[in-house]
Amino acid sequence: MSRHPAVNRPGAWRFRQPSVIPGFGLTLGFTVLYFSLIILLPLLALAIRSAGLGPAGFWAAATDPRVFGALRVSFVTALIAAGVNVVFGMLIAWVLVRYRFPGRRLFDAIIDLPFALPTAVAGIALTAIYAPNGAIGALVAPLGWRIAYTPAGIVVAMIFIGLPFVVRTIQPILEEVSHEVEEASATLGANRFQTISRVLLPSLTPAVLTGFALAFARGVGEFGSIIFIAGNIPFVSEIAPLLIFIRLQEFNYGGATAIAMVMLLISFAMLLFINLVQAWSRRRYGYGS
Amino acid sequence: MAARSSPTSESPMVQWLFIAIALGFMAIILVLPLYSVFHEALARGWPAFLAALADKDAQAAIRLTMLVAAIAVPFNLVFGLAASWAIAKFEFKGKAFLITLIDLPFSVSPVIAGLVYVLLFGAGSFLGPALKSMGIEILFALPGIVLATIFVTFPFVARELIPLMQDQGTGDEEAALSLGADGWQTFWRVTLPNIRWGLLYGVLLCNARAMGEFGAVAVVSGKIRGQTTTMPLQVEMLYNEYNATAAFALASLLALLALVTLVLKTALEWRFSADLAASTRH
Repeated sequence: MSRHPAVNRPGAWRFRQPSVIPGFGLTLGFTVLYFSLIILLPLLALAIRSAGLGPAGFWAAATDPRVFGALRVSFVTALIAAGVNVVFGMLIAWVLVRYRFPGRRLFDAIIDLPFALPTAVAGIALTAIYAPNGAIGALVAPLGWRIAYTPAGIVVAMIFIGLPFVVRTIQPILEEVSHEVEEASATLGANRFQTISRVLLPSLTPAVLTGFALAFARGVGEFGSIIFIAGNIPFVSEIAPLLIFIRLQEFNYGGATAIAMVMLLISFAMLLFINLVQAWSRRRYGYGS
Repeated sequence: MAARSSPTSESPMVQWLFIAIALGFMAIILVLPLYSVFHEALARGWPAFLAALADKDAQAAIRLTMLVAAIAVPFNLVFGLAASWAIAKFEFKGKAFLITLIDLPFSVSPVIAGLVYVLLFGAGSFLGPALKSMGIEILFALPGIVLATIFVTFPFVARELIPLMQDQGTGDEEAALSLGADGWQTFWRVTLPNIRWGLLYGVLLCNARAMGEFGAVAVVSGKIRGQTTTMPLQVEMLYNEYNATAAFALASLLALLALVTLVLKTALEWRFSADLAASTRH
């Protein structure tokens, strides 16, 4: 960064540091304009519409028993799926980073499949597998278990779409953790279990929390992969995004807006939480995702 | 793998157990659904598969999907370049906040991304009737589908480029400018070659999501068969009509797109990491 000493008075407030590179006004202007038109203006329309409902109308629409049921289904299943993903995601990240075995690169590449596979495709494929006559559905049917068309199916779909978020958040941190701290721990008499639980896991905590939050947020908002496998029974397996969709098809825009607003507020709280965790982790450990 | 357990590693038996659990989980959760798409698509043989793809509505859906991606991806590409230039090459107040805002669409449910455009352009809105009186249809037409797609794929290019360009710094550009190049020459001849692999990588992910988006597009498309149904919507319609073979045939094209994206992404990552290492050396 080139600085001109004459104009770089310390303490003087300025919007940006001087630079010889051109195009600041053009690129920042375009960025802000494009963001405002594509993202901000539509979200503003949502805020205005939900304000138009009035506090009483908003409260009535947001606390309707069917809405409450859908929000509960969404959040509980997303919580369970994110929990499963944290456990297996940590194990997968560990195995991919630390061990060498044939096919490692292939499995490392396939982790990103849920990012690339369209959700509707994932939805019908998972339904085919977990339906009572599917490969896994038929396997568990003799035990009296049903997965597709129950909340368990929702959890399966959320595990599928959330897994890469957890693995890809933990992996780079695990690669950065220095081998020397493990050696130091072993030298000082810790056994392998103590080294992992007291030295390695604490430094992974921020990444694990971030991965959990990302997988959870994605699960709550997910639509395409879930509606095929869920069965969509109100109060049992009807998710909140589907209820927004149903309200829209009934031309009940107020009802759709109220559910969307509740979901957005919770998502933004999650986003804030992720940023706080990352800021905290950078201060605490000097690195973070 | 070490034959004997060392103090900083697990015993071989534990290692094999961990590998078996991790790969078993991945096989069931990730590989099995992918396999099942192709298995179901070909369950009634190649003739049925090809007939499903040759269907008039399927062809229209494929064309619409490619058209939507061909419009939405360039928009987000230009945005990604502008945003990463402003953020990586300059220091200004509120930069961290701007980076957070760019990621915002990732934490919005796709259904809500569709809903906001219905509220903006729908029957009860201010803009919708005004545009309609001028003969411009946004909802249940191509512009609405493109807008919803741009919303959900908004951050992809920018978030690939920002960290890459921040790592590369401003040294190369300052050198070019001091040697007499103007701003555009600097961008085309210095910056663009430096970021081309990262750019391609972002465009690939953006394109895969643009072609595969379901929730946001389902809300704004109106699902007029042969006109406003994209491939994922056509898959849903066929599936709900109990035409599973045709649904999976069309789905297998999208799964193929996902596979190609993953292969290119992996190939780029190898290439890309060498580029990154080179850029940190000077």
